[in-house]
Amino acid sequence: MMSELVENALVEFRDVSYTVPSVSSPIISQLNLSVKQGETLVLLGESGCGKTTTLKLVNRLLLPTSGQVLVEGKPTSDWDPIRLRRRTGYVIQEAGLFPHFTVERNVGLVPTLDGWDETRVRQRVLELLALVGLDPEKFAKRYPGELSGGQRQRVGVARALAAEPPLLLLDEPFGALDPLTRASLQREFAALTVRLDKTAIFVTHDLREALLLGSRIGLMHAGRLVLLETPAGFLKSTEEYARAYLETLRLSERNDDIAGGKK
Amino acid sequence: MSFWTFLQQNWSELLKLAREHLSLVLISTLVAIAIGIPTGVLLTRKKALRNPVLGIANVMQTIPNLALFGFLIPLPFIGGIGARTAIVALVLYALLPIIRNTVTGILGVDQNVREAAVAMGMTDRQILWQVELPLAMSVILTGVRVATVISVGVTTIAAAVGAGGLGVYIFRGLRQDNNLLLAGALAAALMALAADFLLGLLEQRFAIDASSEKKRLSIFQKIGVGVIALALIFGGFGTWGSWRGLPPESQKSANGAPVRVASKDFTESILLAEIVAQMLEARGLSVERKFELGGNLPHDALVAGRVDLYPEYTGTAYTAILQHPPITDPRAVYEQVKREYAEKFNVDVISPLGFENTFAILVRGADARRLKLKTISDAAPHAVGWRAGFGQDFMSRADGYPGFSKTYGLKFAEPPREMDLSLTYIALASNKVDLIAGNSTEGRIAAMDLVQLEDDRHYFPPYEAVYLVRRDSLTRVGPLRDVLTKLANAISTEEMRRLNFEVDANKRSPADVVGEWLKGKGF
Repeated sequence: MMSELVENALVEFRDVSYTVPSVSSPIISQLNLSVKQGETLVLLGESGCGKTTTLKLVNRLLLPTSGQVLVEGKPTSDWDPIRLRRRTGYVIQEAGLFPHFTVERNVGLVPTLDGWDETRVRQRVLELLALVGLDPEKFAKRYPGELSGGQRQRVGVARALAAEPPLLLLDEPFGALDPLTRASLQREFAALTVRLDKTAIFVTHDLREALLLGSRIGLMHAGRLVLLETPAGFLKSTEEYARAYLETLRLSERNDDIAGGKK
Repeated sequence: MSFWTFLQQNWSELLKLAREHLSLVLISTLVAIAIGIPTGVLLTRKKALRNPVLGIANVMQTIPNLALFGFLIPLPFIGGIGARTAIVALVLYALLPIIRNTVTGILGVDQNVREAAVAMGMTDRQILWQVELPLAMSVILTGVRVATVISVGVTTIAAAVGAGGLGVYIFRGLRQDNNLLLAGALAAALMALAADFLLGLLEQRFAIDASSEKKRLSIFQKIGVGVIALALIFGGFGTWGSWRGLPPESQKSANGAPVRVASKDFTESILLAEIVAQMLEARGLSVERKFELGGNLPHDALVAGRVDLYPEYTGTAYTAILQHPPITDPRAVYEQVKREYAEKFNVDVISPLGFENTFAILVRGADARRLKLKTISDAAPHAVGWRAGFGQDFMSRADGYPGFSKTYGLKFAEPPREMDLSLTYIALASNKVDLIAGNSTEGRIAAMDLVQLEDDRHYFPPYEAVYLVRRDSLTRVGPLRDVLTKLANAISTEEMRRLNFEVDANKRSPADVVGEWLKGKGF
């Protein structure tokens, strides 16, 4: 339905379905989607709609049951999984940092695996910590257990960026943070992707986050992509589930108005 | 003798036993780690294997120690008598906690962390070494700690298969002297506590606590780690030494190979084995002593060709080994045993030594005099008001308690206490029980003023002392037959009691007592 073949697509889904034997209905069905170089595509939807599965199909944590996922024009099934994953930054909720590694070792992990020499890794780590707003002096030698949730998430982003991957995958990275920390991280992340010209696929269930960060928003429901629009287009959409989402936005705006004392 | 004086006198032997004990524990734990951790890792990869393998390891732990040792002795290569068998058994016991904790530790690694590791593009090997093992380390070390503490305990039983260690003092102490028992048990307990404490420190060092400060070793922990390192080094040297001390397998068939003499785990058997050993040594032969083996282990070892000879009693061979119902004619028993051993085991029974060690039904001398007791029948009417204490052996064997109580119509005030044989003498002398079944050659009978009641209905089968010797050993070692024939009818019951008494009551070493006796005899 929304099949569009784009010249410079970095990631492309072609008629992708994903099923598991124990569940009767498919997790993903007939997904067609292209992610262009430099854009941030947000996948929006409620829990269980298949957005995280979609993300895992990109770096071959999962392989499609039918159809193909192409990364840089090559099906994931033809990629060496290790090589593919090292070229793909991955950030998840709670960061998934290694608790027995210092911040420095966590961030420098992929470059080290890729065989960078020690000084270059260290240089890169310090640069990245500064980039995500953490004082390298103060944080490089700390362990994840000694950081706040927001600081851990910043380290997670730095780790994903470390080996300069062309593609970032983010699975509700700011979902577990308090609203203030989340807002500031969202703003910084938006600025960062523009500055670094990164391509990103960003999964969230938060419409505000989607509108703030997305070049385009893909709305998913029950394993299907039901709408693919720019933020402006999304706000005007008449699609059923998009309207339901927009309704929540209006409700919260009304709450904001009440709280602000406006009539 | 006070415990303190005892320690001062026996300090060097105690240290030697402790070192042997530590070596056994260290080797077996290291081997168990080398097998257990890779197995555990494999089980996290192959889910289908997990339950069967853990099940087998579980069953290993439920096999009673002595049963496992008995099972291992006849096996080629890993079996035999001595340290190797003990280590195999110890490894089998130590495997379960190590495998189980490796599996639990690795499967317990946070799923988020594992997913991140995969998504970072780490290979399976990198994930294992850099993420899973470090994060599981404290749980795995808990398994190692449990295994070590178990090993320290089980190793005390290893003395029963001649592997040495603190169990030697414990077993000997049960027969002879509380000081031995106390020293052995205390040292083993201290070793277990120390292992638990030191490995506990190591474990803390690896614990990843989310809220903790950066890990730094405290002075205290540094000392602990230092002590572990030292223990490992010393243990390593001791171990190396004891391995070098093991006789190479190839010597077995060579002409100059030592004669391997075994004994059971009580004084008389040790003395009889020592007599042969010294006589052989006097003829310039080298002898390897495999003394103090528990249960039926001497028989198993003899049949398996791990030892050349050991002293036995005709009645025991007849009822316990050959499984015949008891009969009372000494000649018939001897002939039957001789014939069947030759046919079944290719083992010769060398003519009786001249004394019997049958079950002796014993009461306190004071009771015997007061009630004018001479025979077991005299005592039967009094039994209703008495308590009895018997060794495990007597309670269970064919010629033991069930037939005995029926023959004499005995009824006691309460069911007999089942306890260690050595302890029954003490129980009788201290009025805890009123009648026991001891050994007729027990040295303490006279010393404790106990009286043996006559078996007037001839219930007990004859227990003539003999040597059981492999026929191929007789051919291989020329002077063996000569020595054994010389000993025929050489020891009377009174002489045997006296020798036992010298060791059990006067705390002299079997080697000295035997040396003196041989000199007196002019052998």
